[in-house]
Parts: sequence; structure tokens; C-alpha cells
Amino acid sequence: MLKIKDLHVSYGGIHALRGIDLEVPDGKIVTLIGANGAGKSTALRTISGLVKAESGSITYDGKELLGQPIYKILEMGIAMVPEGRRILTNLTVLENLKIGAYLRKDKAGIERDIQWVYSLFPRLQERSWQLGGTLSGGEQQMLAVGRALMSRPKLMMMDEPSLGLAPLVVRDIFEIIKEINRQGVTVLLIEQNANMALKTADYGYVLETGQITLTGTGRELLANEAVKKAYLGE
Amino acid sequence: MQTVLPYIISGISVGGQYALIAIGYTMVYGILRLINFAHGDVFMVAGLIMVYLAASLPLYVAIPLVILLTVLLGFTIERVAYKPLRTAPRMSVMISAIGVSYLLQNLALYITGGLNKNYPQIPWISDRISILGMETTRVTVITPFLTILLVVLLVLLINHTKIGMAMRAVSLDFEVSQLMGVQINTVISVTFVIGTFLAAVGSILFFTNYPGVVPTSGAMPGLKAFVAAVFGGIGSIPGAVIGAFIIGIAESIIKGLDTILIVNGAITEQIGLATFSDAFTFVLLIIILVFKPTGLFGEKTADKV
Repeated sequence: MLKIKDLHVSYGGIHALRGIDLEVPDGKIVTLIGANGAGKSTALRTISGLVKAESGSITYDGKELLGQPIYKILEMGIAMVPEGRRILTNLTVLENLKIGAYLRKDKAGIERDIQWVYSLFPRLQERSWQLGGTLSGGEQQMLAVGRALMSRPKLMMMDEPSLGLAPLVVRDIFEIIKEINRQGVTVLLIEQNANMALKTADYGYVLETGQITLTGTGRELLANEAVKKAYLGE
Repeated sequence: MQTVLPYIISGISVGGQYALIAIGYTMVYGILRLINFAHGDVFMVAGLIMVYLAASLPLYVAIPLVILLTVLLGFTIERVAYKPLRTAPRMSVMISAIGVSYLLQNLALYITGGLNKNYPQIPWISDRISILGMETTRVTVITPFLTILLVVLLVLLINHTKIGMAMRAVSLDFEVSQLMGVQINTVISVTFVIGTFLAAVGSILFFTNYPGVVPTSGAMPGLKAFVAAVFGGIGSIPGAVIGAFIIGIAESIIKGLDTILIVNGAITEQIGLATFSDAFTFVLLIIILVFKPTGLFGEKTADKV
């Protein structure tokens, strides 16, 4: 379980997170919703080690993550699908998957997991020799997810996976998130598409200007008047 | 043709030496977006290390030691002068590189007193041989083959090994590479090690054909190699190599242009065209920057957003 306590982060001169508390129980899908600039990305980037925190704590299975190098956090089983997919456009699809397994040494296991990712995303297998940059937006998102899965994470964090994708593709992506979760991976998802996110998630947190203002199950938040008004456009 | 041939052969050789230096520029640029101005001076230091080591050690010990010490120097420069500036603006790193360049030149000036240091004769490779009816040194013939061999090995390393894949990933996206578990500092160090290794090999081939080493010996070959890297499209290894060969050959032909024209009866006496051989390289730089700033094989962008 991932536990965040009183986390403060300043980023680019802005006090982006002002003491947030958040829990991601094992096996669940948790979503963090909020407007642009509320600090959602900063939260994920801090967990992954890309951004340094000012104070507070982030523990995973009881171990402190703050101060750990990025690769150690990945080694503990936390992988991230970054915002905008960030496919390595100059590597082939297969290489993108292989680099997801960069820290692993078990060749046979890596080979097996490549086949596993291909079974989740058959399109990637068809395109395994193409450069990552030649894929469509939806395919790139699949590759970004597949790449993160290659480290065999226990917790997968996803930063706006639906961003810039056609509605049909967005639906696919959320189906995939559920499928991955069914296969035992805990998911921490941040989204601007609050409707889809809350329908998919077990728990939700609403982040506003660096503070958590509401929490509840996905269904509770969907029914909440304030959430409806601010994020669901009703 | 018979009169041009020797110049082409010596040009190919010089081009190979430039290529070995140019790869260091282009690889470091590819990963750090830094023009490593100290690279030419590292090349000069490699020459000086050889001078001093060969004075007291047999060559079969001195040569590997030169390569090792040069690599160590390249590694140390990166760790001391560039790594602390990883998150600083790119301009700061570049200024740091210029600082290292002057530091090396002045240290060399201090140690040598600015005097020309005779480069040791390396037996076998400095022997004079005759090829296609003309006299030259064996190193002239060996250089292009050795260069191509090293380039092929390097390309294999980059395209077919794990560290090579990491290098390609880091060159595109620091952050994502880190998220995949790549330790970028290790990858950057490996890049500097490879770059300085090639420059050290290049220095042995280069200085063997010249009388000696002075503190500014690295400046001109360094600049030429840099132009070659820009010409080929900075960041591209094949580009740098092709650029280096083109510049080497063109320079060498211009150096011999008077003789070639006299033999062909176009002119009757020396008119000093050889003076323009360096100028040619830099005119080429200007032309490239004006008309095709990305060079021959400039970074392809396959981005589809």
C-alpha cells in the first residue's frame, strides 16, 4: 500500500502541494482528479522520484520513498506512464518494451512479459519493428502502458492517459486499465476526464490548488454535487 | 588522375583522424546537447601524454597507457565540470567546457613551456611504404581502415547492446529514460569514455604524421572535426564520419591544387592556393549553417503528436 502523509512540494517557485494525504490500497484503482495546475502531476512526479519534496512522507509497504533515487523506486515496484505518453520515438516498439525492463536481469521472464504485453495489445506485435514515433496516438498510449508493465510493477501510476485521444480510444484505454487491475496491478490514475476516471476507480480524491478537498469511493464522488458542478459539467 | 591520387589518399587518412575526433563531439552533443569545446584539447593532451610516457616506457606499454589516461581525463572532466551543471542552463555547461579547454591548454603551456615536443616515432606504423606507385607512411594507409573498423564496432554497440539502447533513449528523453530505470550519469560517462577513447586513438594516428605537439595542437584538428560533425548533422555518427572524410579529402586536394594545376598545364607557377585549405573548411561551415543547418544527416524527427 502506498501512503502519502502531509506532503509539501514546491515546484518551479510554486507551492504546488500543500500538505496532501492519500492512500492507495493494494489491488485497487485510485484516481486523483482536479483542474489543470491543481498539482496532480506534481504528486505523481514526486512519488516516482522525479521531483523532490519539501516535507512529509511517502511510504510504500512501509518503506520511505522520499530521497530514494528514481531507479530504486522503480525497483520497489512503482512504474509510471508519463503524461503525453513520451514514447521513445527513435527506438522501435520492441525496444521501447525492452527498455521498460531495463533493470531486470531475467531474460526468460522479459521474453515472457513481452509476449504478455503483445497479448494485451496485439497491435504492438504487428508493429514491433516500427519506430515508436510512427505509431498513432492511441497506439503510443498502449505502448506507454506496455512499457511500464515491462518492469512488472505492483503499482502503476498513469498521468492523464486519455489526453488528446479520440473518445473511442479513451474507452479502450479505460478498459485496459481495468484489465491490468484485474491481473493484480494496483493503479493510481490522474485524469481530467473525471467522469471516466471516477466510473473506473474504487476510490477518488479531488485535488484543488495543492490540497485534497474531497475523498470518497468513485460512486460517491460521481454523486457529489460539488464534483458534478466542477468536474462533470452538469 | 595520377597527380590527384596521392592527395586523395592522404586526404582519406586525415579524414579518418578527423572522424575519430568528430565522433566524440557528435556523441556528446547527441546526449547532452553540449558542444564539448574541451574535446580538441583532450586530443592534444593525449599527444603530450604520449610524448612524456614514450620517453621512459616502451611503446607497447606507453600506447595502452596513453589511451587509458586520456579516457580517464575525459571521464574526470565530465564528472567535475559538466555533471554538477546537469540542471543548469545549457549555456552554463558550454561556458564550463570553454573553461576546461583553456585550462588544458594553459596547463600544457605550463608543463611544456610552450616548446614543441617531438612526437615519438612509432616503428612499423611510421615506416615509409610505397603504394600505387607513391611513397607514404604506413599510418596513412592504416588510418581509414582502423577508423571504419572502430565506427562499425561503435554502431553495433549503439544499435545492438543494452547500454547502446540506453544511450539512444537518454539522447531523446532524460526523464523517461530515468523512469525506465536508466541511470543517466552512467550513460553519460560511458559516452565520454567512448568519445575520448576514439580521440586518443586519433591522436596517435594524427601526431605520428606531424613533427610534434604544442599546447595549441588540438585547436585546429578539434575545430575541423567539429565542422565535420556539424556538416554531417550533429548528433549523427555516420554523418560525422562522412563529413570528416569529405573535409579531409577536400583539404588535402586544395593543399596540392597548385601542383595538380601545374602538371595539367592550367597554370605555370605556384599561386598559393594551398593557403585556402583551412579557409575552405570554415566556408563550408558557413554554407551548411546557412542552407542546411541540420547537416547531411541531421536529427530525424519521427514525432507524431
